[in-house]
Amino acid sequence: MDFIQDWGLTAMVFAPLAGVAIMMLFPKDADDTHKVLALLTSLVTAAIGIAVLADFDYDDTGSLQFLRDNEWINVINSRFILGIDGLSVPLIALTLLITPLVIAYSWNHFPEPHNPKAFLSLILVLHTGMLGTFVAQDLILFFVFFEVVLLPMYFMIGVWGGPERQYASIKFFLYTLFGSALMLLSFLALFFLTGGETFSMVELAERVQGMDIARTTQLIVFGGMFMGFAIKVPMFPFHTWLPDAHTQAPTQGSVILAAVLLKLGTYGFIRVALPILPEAAQSWAPWIGGLAVIGIIYGALGCLAQTDMKRLIAFSSVAHMGYTMLGISTLTDFGLNAAVFGMVAHGLITGMLFFIAGSVKERYHTLEIKRLGGLLVSAPRLGWILGFCTMASLGLPGLAGFWGEFPAILAAYQPAEGLPVELFRGYMVVAAIGTVLAAGYLLWLYQRTAFGTVKDEFVDDPNIHDVNGPEWIAWTPLLALILILGVYPNLLFKVSDGSIVNVASQIAAATGN
Amino acid sequence: MLAVLAQVSDFVAPNIDYHAFGPELALVGALVAVLVVDLIKPDGNNPFLSSIAGLGVLGALIPVITLATDGADRFLFDGAYVVDNFSLVVKALFLVSGYVVILMSTNYIAEGDYAEGEYYFLLLCSLLGMTLMASARDLITVFIALELLSIPAYMLAGWRKRDLIGNEAGVKYYLMGVFASAVLLYGMSILFGVAGDTRLAEIGQAIAGGAGETPLITLAIVFVVVGFAFKVSAVPFHTWAPDVYEGAPTPITAFLAVASKAAGFVALLQVIYLAFPGRDDVIQPLMWVLAAATMTIGNLIALRQTNVVRLLAYSGVAQAGFILAPLSVASDLSLQAVITYLVIYAAMNLGAFAAVIGIARKTRSAEITSFGGLFEYAPGLTVILSLFLFSLAGIPPLGGWLAKFVVFRALADANTASGYVMGAIVAVNSVIALYYYANVAREMWMKPVPDGDRSPVVVPFSIGAALALTVVATMAFGVSNLATRLGDQATFLAF
Repeated sequence: MDFIQDWGLTAMVFAPLAGVAIMMLFPKDADDTHKVLALLTSLVTAAIGIAVLADFDYDDTGSLQFLRDNEWINVINSRFILGIDGLSVPLIALTLLITPLVIAYSWNHFPEPHNPKAFLSLILVLHTGMLGTFVAQDLILFFVFFEVVLLPMYFMIGVWGGPERQYASIKFFLYTLFGSALMLLSFLALFFLTGGETFSMVELAERVQGMDIARTTQLIVFGGMFMGFAIKVPMFPFHTWLPDAHTQAPTQGSVILAAVLLKLGTYGFIRVALPILPEAAQSWAPWIGGLAVIGIIYGALGCLAQTDMKRLIAFSSVAHMGYTMLGISTLTDFGLNAAVFGMVAHGLITGMLFFIAGSVKERYHTLEIKRLGGLLVSAPRLGWILGFCTMASLGLPGLAGFWGEFPAILAAYQPAEGLPVELFRGYMVVAAIGTVLAAGYLLWLYQRTAFGTVKDEFVDDPNIHDVNGPEWIAWTPLLALILILGVYPNLLFKVSDGSIVNVASQIAAATGN
Repeated sequence: MLAVLAQVSDFVAPNIDYHAFGPELALVGALVAVLVVDLIKPDGNNPFLSSIAGLGVLGALIPVITLATDGADRFLFDGAYVVDNFSLVVKALFLVSGYVVILMSTNYIAEGDYAEGEYYFLLLCSLLGMTLMASARDLITVFIALELLSIPAYMLAGWRKRDLIGNEAGVKYYLMGVFASAVLLYGMSILFGVAGDTRLAEIGQAIAGGAGETPLITLAIVFVVVGFAFKVSAVPFHTWAPDVYEGAPTPITAFLAVASKAAGFVALLQVIYLAFPGRDDVIQPLMWVLAAATMTIGNLIALRQTNVVRLLAYSGVAQAGFILAPLSVASDLSLQAVITYLVIYAAMNLGAFAAVIGIARKTRSAEITSFGGLFEYAPGLTVILSLFLFSLAGIPPLGGWLAKFVVFRALADANTASGYVMGAIVAVNSVIALYYYANVAREMWMKPVPDGDRSPVVVPFSIGAALALTVVATMAFGVSNLATRLGDQATFLAF
């Protein structure tokens, strides 16, 4: 087990890249070889990951485990520090699960212009970037992994996407790059403000507490990080890249984007921004909460106005990430736990919805809601799965979505000491109205697509068949998890709680309450 | 007669340390060998020429390494020629860049209607000038090194002699270069007049002493800086660059854009750090304006380019602005930032040119539209060129991000308003630059093939080797401390 303790995380993060290197050795037209290799790579990565997670001490989720601290770019004082705690574990597990499923789904669902070699290599590079972000404990290392995901996603949308793909891909790229440039400036400012010796997240948090940094400076530095993370989440009003990117991306891209990439932003808030600058976080929290509830309502209203199924799901992401951000803005352990649960639940459910949208598109060649209908008649199983996922998404108790939304709303009733209670109770009411709207748009979507009779143009379409093999393989684990986490949410809360309590108490200690 | 002889006998030959001259001697040996081999077999293709040139350059690296492991600072001709860490790092940079340029030239020159022997001879001469520049610590040595690296480059720029654009490139580069030399010489003559010495260190001391009070010294500093600003294509002295880059043979364009530009920066660093250390009040505002103008104007013009080589030329102008930026503030990290940037820039820019040469062998054009759909029939080259472009844009984990990072770091370290404003200008320009780099990538990945010709691109071995070297370097620089350590090592010998 020593290898796993010492090098497990490193091996897990870089295993996908090794897979890409092997894939490069085979010619482009060996489609099946590439599919098998990519799947194998993702499974090996998952196996290493499971070995790590099995060895993880679940009684001590509050402290960093599997710590790896090596010299890296010492001239700029950046070190290669990896480590995981209860906050990283759920997200790593989610990433390890989603990638093999996406690859399995790809088996016979390759978007044009085909080319499995390039497509699967990009997914694997993304995999490294996502895993790396969740394990990095050094700001510069974190930044590098955070950015590694940009290029593969840019190409995935731009090459394999829909008709407006070129616009959507460059919009996605420029938006995120703009945010991360400001974020990097904030990291540098932090570095110099704390004496210019370390980029280690843990040490920076300690140093900031020990120093007397002007309040305005802290607020500005937090603002830079806020831009970087908020664009990634995305929070209103920085969300406009998301509907375009989601709508134009190939199914696999949408799933990864929704399931994992958006979480890099919320994860960044909890991992980096809050613990390092708790006082600034407290001052920013009412604003973050405000933007979060605007996002909830705006996203819901946006959903009601959509005529395209995929675009509707994309807007619902804006609303759901609003709940997560509301949970974070309360700065309580209750709210932050809800946020972590919300991230995982949203990853499973919205990832699943995008899978379904992709499969519907493949069968009907359209996602225009008014042309669809009678899904339960023409493909009953697909129809039922869509029903299950819309229920989960609107927050039906007993399914995973509920435990992301409900505690977040509840947490706003009693935010951390020092935050304006009345304001947050107002947010709570608005967020609660948002759940009604969510039920509205999701049920309306389900009614228009699944109920009724099949439209004339699709009555005898041989293309429309029920769920097939690769789809079952890709979807079953997600559906099962949505149910399991819904019935037994403690599975996740237990893991995240330790580190979340740490973050919350750090904030409470720093803000003097 | 006897009196004259008596005087001669007083002359003591300086004790020449041949080890210190190792790199230069190896290059001289190689260029003589090229000439002799070309004499023996004067016409037709001679495959030995490029090999001799390449081996000569690699051979010149050996003494650089032995000098570095030896570690002793060498101080020749009363300080006119110095071997210190700084000179060794930049000599290695010049030689490796020169080697990659030779790799890129091999097929280009052999397949075109060019005089091969003279080509490699001149290329080696120019490299010799650069290695000399790295060690020059005296106005006269600096000037000789500058002319030795420039004059062969004027001829190489016009090497496509049957092409009008090529002729224009040669003449333009020559006239502009001579003008810059004249300005530089004028500045140097004033410096000598005021300081009474040609050695940089002595000038530095004179300026720190009484001579610094003379108003004329400001004029001299500005003239010297302007002279080198031509070499590094800083705005407003950049106007030659796009036309010359487009008209010159592409390997020479790469040579000018990387090695020659780096030589200009090296000269600039030497005069700034050794001769004008006490005059930050003149240097920093001057550099601030030059850097801001260079990156902004270079970027804005690059946005409108339709030819990849011209785009790389303007992007090179913008990159020169990034490299100048750390010199605009008082920070101990500036020198390190500039050298680190130059090392990473050399890898990614040479790589980009090598990829363009490889692709242009098939497309027969460097128009961006001719690169359409490249991903469908040349995925390897597409991925590689995309890597270089995004590295130039500064996207982690490719090398370019670290280059930008050290610049930001030096600017933030100064902790002054002008430093932060410059940081913001660099940040905005980085985002603008991404747009045009991504535009080329978009053409290759997402657009259809313009003429429907999907025959695969054959990459000759030497270009493949150049690409392999530069790709590995670009990736390694981004995720390791190789480049930053080189930057950290490059310190001037203290006097």
